[in-house]
Amino acid sequence: MAADLAVDLAARLPSLLERTDPATASGWRDHPPRMGFFTDTTVCIGCKACEVACKEWNHVPEDGLELTGMSYDNTVGLGADSWRHVAFIEQPRRPARDPGTEATCAAASGVADAGIRWLMASDVCKHCTHAACLDVCPTGALFRTELGTVVVQEDVCNGCGYCVSACPYGVIDVRRGDGRAWKCTLCYDRISVGDEPACAKTCPTDSIQFGPLDELRERADRRLAQLHAAGVGDARLYGRDPDDGVGGDGAFFLLLDEPEVYGLPPDPVVTTRDLPEMWARAGVAAVALAGSVALSFLASTAGRQR
Amino acid sequence: MAECHPVGFQWVMEAKARGATVIHVDPRFTRTSAVADIHVPLRAGTDIAFLGGLINYVLANGRYFHDYVVAYTNGPTLIGESFEDTEDLDGVFSGLDVEKRRYDPASWQYENAEMPSPAAEAPAAEGNAHQLSVATAGRGESHGSGGAQVPPEPERDETMTHPRCAFQIVKRHYSRYTPEMVEQVCGVPKDLFLKVAETITSSSGRERTTAFCYAVGWTQHTVGVQYVRAAALLQLLLGNIGRPGGGILALRGHSSIQGSTDIPTLYNLLPGYIPMPHANQDENLEKFVEATATAKGYWADMRSYVVSLLKAWWGPAATAENDFCFDYLPRLTGDHSTYATVTAQLDGTCKGYLIAGENPAVGSANAKMQRLGMANLDWLVVRDFSLIESATWWKDGPEIESGELETADIKTEVFFFPAAAHTEKNGSFTNTQRMLQWHHAAVEPAGQARSELWFYYHLGRLIRERLAGSTDEMDRPLLDLTWDYPTEGPLAEPDAGAVLAEINGWDSDKEPLSSYGQLEDDGSTACGCWIYCGVFADGVNQAARRKPGGEQSWVAPEWGWAWPANRRIIYNRASADPDGRPWSERKAYVWWDEKSARWTGHDVPDFPPSTSPRYRPPEGARGAEALSGIDPAVMQGDGKFWLYVPTGIQDGPLPTHYEPQDSPFPNLLYGIQRNPVRQLVSRRHNRYHPSPSAPGSEVFPYAVTTYRLTEHHTAGGMSRWQPYLAELQPEMFCEVSPELAEERGLEHLGWATIITARGVIEARVLVTERIPPLRFPGRTVHQIGLPYHWGPNGYTRGDAANELAAIALDPNVHIQEVKAFSADIRPGRRPRGPGRAALVEEYSRRAGITPDTGMEVTGGR
Amino acid sequence: MPRWPVLRQLEGADRTGRGAAVRSERSGGLRARTATADKVVKSVCPYCAVGCGQDVFVKDAKVVQIEGDPDSPVSRGRLCPKGAASLQLTTGEARCYDVLYRRPYAGDWEVLDLDTAMGMVADRVIATRRATWQWEDEGGARTRRTLGIASLGGATLDNEENYLMKKLYTALGAIQIENQARI
Repeated sequence: MAADLAVDLAARLPSLLERTDPATASGWRDHPPRMGFFTDTTVCIGCKACEVACKEWNHVPEDGLELTGMSYDNTVGLGADSWRHVAFIEQPRRPARDPGTEATCAAASGVADAGIRWLMASDVCKHCTHAACLDVCPTGALFRTELGTVVVQEDVCNGCGYCVSACPYGVIDVRRGDGRAWKCTLCYDRISVGDEPACAKTCPTDSIQFGPLDELRERADRRLAQLHAAGVGDARLYGRDPDDGVGGDGAFFLLLDEPEVYGLPPDPVVTTRDLPEMWARAGVAAVALAGSVALSFLASTAGRQR
Repeated sequence: MAECHPVGFQWVMEAKARGATVIHVDPRFTRTSAVADIHVPLRAGTDIAFLGGLINYVLANGRYFHDYVVAYTNGPTLIGESFEDTEDLDGVFSGLDVEKRRYDPASWQYENAEMPSPAAEAPAAEGNAHQLSVATAGRGESHGSGGAQVPPEPERDETMTHPRCAFQIVKRHYSRYTPEMVEQVCGVPKDLFLKVAETITSSSGRERTTAFCYAVGWTQHTVGVQYVRAAALLQLLLGNIGRPGGGILALRGHSSIQGSTDIPTLYNLLPGYIPMPHANQDENLEKFVEATATAKGYWADMRSYVVSLLKAWWGPAATAENDFCFDYLPRLTGDHSTYATVTAQLDGTCKGYLIAGENPAVGSANAKMQRLGMANLDWLVVRDFSLIESATWWKDGPEIESGELETADIKTEVFFFPAAAHTEKNGSFTNTQRMLQWHHAAVEPAGQARSELWFYYHLGRLIRERLAGSTDEMDRPLLDLTWDYPTEGPLAEPDAGAVLAEINGWDSDKEPLSSYGQLEDDGSTACGCWIYCGVFADGVNQAARRKPGGEQSWVAPEWGWAWPANRRIIYNRASADPDGRPWSERKAYVWWDEKSARWTGHDVPDFPPSTSPRYRPPEGARGAEALSGIDPAVMQGDGKFWLYVPTGIQDGPLPTHYEPQDSPFPNLLYGIQRNPVRQLVSRRHNRYHPSPSAPGSEVFPYAVTTYRLTEHHTAGGMSRWQPYLAELQPEMFCEVSPELAEERGLEHLGWATIITARGVIEARVLVTERIPPLRFPGRTVHQIGLPYHWGPNGYTRGDAANELAAIALDPNVHIQEVKAFSADIRPGRRPRGPGRAALVEEYSRRAGITPDTGMEVTGGR
Repeated sequence: MPRWPVLRQLEGADRTGRGAAVRSERSGGLRARTATADKVVKSVCPYCAVGCGQDVFVKDAKVVQIEGDPDSPVSRGRLCPKGAASLQLTTGEARCYDVLYRRPYAGDWEVLDLDTAMGMVADRVIATRRATWQWEDEGGARTRRTLGIASLGGATLDNEENYLMKKLYTALGAIQIENQARI
């Protein structure tokens, strides 16, 4: 009964339900708790083990030998072939930020630029509560799992690329030479059998933490309070707030500076926020789309049977 | 540590989360600095000045752990009257023979020491030439700390006020290492230095301990051993040795580099740090043991260790009548280290070379010399996963490209054998904490790939088959060798467990031994490596134990097996006070239990188990019985930790700051520029730079330091070929400050050419504030950072930093100085073809470099 | 044929077709290859000397995954980027599986079979040893050795391998036996 009621509610009030429980809103009954990542960048040592472990597990291709000159970041960003990306930001230490004695004495003694700050942060798909990529996917290739994560199905994706422009974070992308869209699956295959995602498991300093999102949020709140108490006033959570433009992220972060510094949008908004109104106007198009879904499904099924 | 040992660094991060202060001392601001509480940028090559400054701070301010120092160190021990310090002789110690470039350590000994120094082990009649060859033969590495020959009960002044006690000598020696001097030499601001000093001293004592971690940033210097010694001296003064959370931890960089030191593929050692015998000096077993055993401590049983080793190797052929085949051991006549081997190759003495899992063509200092040496061989065997540079230099090496060598002129026969991976073989690695861990074969190696166990076993088998029936005396050691390991599987892989069982040893009934205490000197026991005895106790492979860490104590004694005797912290007697009680409850580790009259605790006590703290040895006691209840240094001939090293070290009893061989900076502490007894090899392609005051020094004005990146491994053989690693650091680069970039016109992401008297390389430029210029009164020193992972082969390719480095070595261990040298840098790519060598020659000419340049023993500032 | 997702969407709770209704058969059947492996073999990372524990997952006599061993008190299941690349190191395309031989003065490799190559190396070791054998040094001191044969390597190898190397070389009278610990 309760589940049926929830479904009915979901049909009428998707945004309310999605806010707390996107899996139920996507039709999963008796599902496990929503799982996610909390990436505490204050303990990241920039080793990039997450990038390698992800590629090894998911067979993500190597994508080029380019020295970028962006500090030690030669991955540059998330994409079809980089599902984890460690950003490196070199900052001259601003005296106001850290009035510690070493900064002061360094300046006094003439050791040029002795004190700098080097931020490192491992970025990943946010597995948004309101996931625009999923909303716009015409084939059902992108779907919400029972664990509340957002996954592209490689056997369904037809490479239309709608999701690419829909993502407010620029995460998902189409793989060159393959044509399909790829991104972090939060290791759907691993977490389905109770394992950690490869990146979280390998992370030497536990910067990447995996678990039920509710628990991660509590843990993050405690860590933030601890840092604030220790005088690290710059510490802030990013993607933690269920009231933000994407309804909160399934993968959220503890940062030491403005999100822009890390290449993250300061105020991401789900690009399909106005979609219900758009649907009314696009009814005809939707019917055509449904036809193409059917066709692509039949085609992909046939392909598998060969 | 975060850069090169990220997973080990998790414990540092955990300690930090629990309130520890993390201090990172490095010329560069690295991934470690990024999360450290304090980063101390210092000029590369000045760590002894920095550590000396800390020692001086501790002594000048009375911050040493008095009770620990008096009871457990040789601080109270009196040194002979003839010793003269660097304070007396402006930077050198007594006994320097300028002509022979060596010290005679006779004057460094303890008061009334009757025991000779290692160099004097040779009969006096043989004269200086022989002493020199012994002195250069890496003798100090044997016996762990190298100090066998001291009187067991030297004269001491427990008040440590006697002007000739070691403590007072140390105090005087470091009195000039003031905070002001540290600032001038290291470029570390005084306030920052004092902050470090205060943090370390307030975090040491009864209630707290401080740990030092280091890697090759300390060892790869012409005075490298003394870097580590300086840390040891400081840690002893602070009472941080043998205690939990203390120590000096070498962060070693290869999976079994500790194991390959314990069971040494090293020229000067036999398994378990027994020295290789020296020609003529040790002509029989008795003389050898006499010269190498101590009276006190566990080295007193040297004969048992040696005889058991000989029994393991030559089995029934080794008898008391034939000295247990002691004569089968080949003898040393000086330095036969890897750099001496290169010289021997160039000279045509060494004709055959086998390389296994190493890549000297880019990974050793002066890579060109390595390749030229190989080009002069009759045959070369390379075993690796891929075609590394050491396998292909004859067809595509830098000398082929430049025209210095032509493939068609190179006579060397080259064999490449594909190696098996760790997943394809059984065996043990010894990690950086001396812990053996067994890895099990998961699959068979594919194709013709084989393990080294397979290769060397079958090579030995084939050689023995070919020599079977030989009556030539030179073949006896091969034919008598125990070489009957069982093989298994489709590839006839030798049973690694059987080899481990031999390493562990057995008694006359072939029953496995459980402790080196069971070894006998009469031939009734066999043991391939005495310090590993117990790894196969009860016939069980103890190294394969894997009781989950979460299901046992924090010491985790049931995971793997640590030598010796599964001890996780050695010298842990020092974790308790002289009465046997923990120095403090929160630092309790092992202690004396009165009730059971035994040592007990969280770890295996590193002490005779029932020797009471109140025990004092009777006259004439030897071995473990000669250790008093307050002698925690169970491997030292006097039972004490050494602040002052009277014997076993080539370059002086106390660490002293000398500049690197090629330094743009004068030594501000003494009138002598460099370590007077550093080991040099001045020959074509290995010339040194002018001293900083000499004309031509301005040609190489910048300081260079080399290092690893997290994403790669050593010379790249296990990382440059892996696309997932290659893409993360895809090109060789150099790191320079914005100021240096400005001074030399270097552009971010542009190319730079870096030149020394040995070679020239090119690298992409990363301009970063993470490698700051150091400003000193009247001058600024710019530093160039160079990762050394690259070479011309592999998936990511680039020039090797080792083209630039000289063969200039530490005199104790023959390790090359690649952590600090000088160079020039300029924008643009390096010349191709013959222009490459021409550019190096042009620089050398401009700097006026001759075979004598940089060879000064004294002076040279 | 699996049921058409649009039907599932219309029938089930996933009215918007963004979850349960559109999960493909493949996605629904995904099982981590760590879970489907035939065996898990305990190992140790081959890179640096921290000695991180590794679990090696084997399926059909092939290594399909290598990751950290959570039981290890050294590493607690974690691996750095190099350790995490162990699968590529051991199973990647960069590995050679042939014995190669370069004749004196030749311009290129030729492939040799393993047994032939082993015999050739044994012959060369014996010949060089004999040609360079030295009973005494110039001063008449007994040396019983050859300076003609040298070896480099060991730090990346097993203890048992180092042991056989040192034992064989010593019996051969070769003393220039070195490894990365010197470097």
